[in-house]
Amino acid sequence: MSRVYNKRDQSSHLLTPHGKLPGVSFPQVPVSPGRGGAARRKSEVRGGARSGPAELRKTINMKKLKLKELESCLQQVDTFENPKLLLEQYPTRPHIAACMLYTIHNTFDDIENKTIADLGCGCGMLSIGSAMLGAGFCVGLDIDADALEIFNSNIEDFELTNVNMVQCDICSLSDSMSDTFDTVIMNPPFGTKHNKGIDMIFLKTALQMAKTAVYSLHKTSTRQHIQKKAAEWEVKMEVLAELRFDLPASYKFHKKKSVDIEVDFIRFSAKKVLN
Amino acid sequence: MKLLTHNLLSSHVPGLRPGGGFPLRIELGRPSELPPEPSPGYEADEEFLRRLHHVLLEVEVLEGSLQCPDSGRRFPISRGVPNLLLSEDEA
Repeated sequence: MSRVYNKRDQSSHLLTPHGKLPGVSFPQVPVSPGRGGAARRKSEVRGGARSGPAELRKTINMKKLKLKELESCLQQVDTFENPKLLLEQYPTRPHIAACMLYTIHNTFDDIENKTIADLGCGCGMLSIGSAMLGAGFCVGLDIDADALEIFNSNIEDFELTNVNMVQCDICSLSDSMSDTFDTVIMNPPFGTKHNKGIDMIFLKTALQMAKTAVYSLHKTSTRQHIQKKAAEWEVKMEVLAELRFDLPASYKFHKKKSVDIEVDFIRFSAKKVLN
Repeated sequence: MKLLTHNLLSSHVPGLRPGGGFPLRIELGRPSELPPEPSPGYEADEEFLRRLHHVLLEVEVLEGSLQCPDSGRRFPISRGVPNLLLSEDEA
């Protein structure tokens, strides 16, 4: 069912016979805290108008957007300048985001012309990628104003007109947004920072919001617990791929600069019975 | 914030009646260009549909506020982003 992927599979972005996610490379380099957002953007983009995110987006033929093209677009997305550890902020890697979105779009057709919510959107990597793949309308939700500010300027850089964002606490939404989006795509916090259980709150809320499907990332170590909950909530769960993230070390006494964790990329079919 | 986004939002001030806190009142300088209710047969009315599309998807509120119809609590919108966070004492 699940494969662990390595770099060599990356050459073909065609689906394997089992209809699963094509090769995803492991990030080899620790996630850097941020690329200095605004300052970098102004010097690089304003100076080189030809290669700015908006220009790149316009030259790409959306219908035949290849995985590599999507990934190079997403590399232009600015990320957190000062990631807040307690919120588990780290950017979803462009390569991972591209592979996820590509699968969601090509295998399941859950992006083009659909309404999409991105819970815990941060700087908007997944929302922007969805917009690039022809989403009808995307809304990102996040608790942090600083992240949303970066998301906002990303939207300006990419000249996107169908992406909005809302500052709110996902944990307090409960079922107020039931059945409001076709698809939810998210990289939720895992619950490693005094916020245990937050991954399941995000998942439950996402399942209430989505009419068709929820695509999410969860620690492989929690897979059985999630399977139990999925059964309880009467939603179908499919692990599409196993990935490996390297997350920045959070405490000074950690010996390594980053720590590897195994992560499942999961598709949940939206429920009909959540209370 | 587009009108379409606004349509999703509701107030979470504690102690509201069930189904309360919706819809949030948009506070802006300009009056709407649409009639308060769609007239029968609106699906065929091209002109109306064009204006509806425009207001739903092409107009962005950049600065303003959303008011909870039950508690009166105002949620600010700045740079196009509505902020629905409650303060610690409210939640």
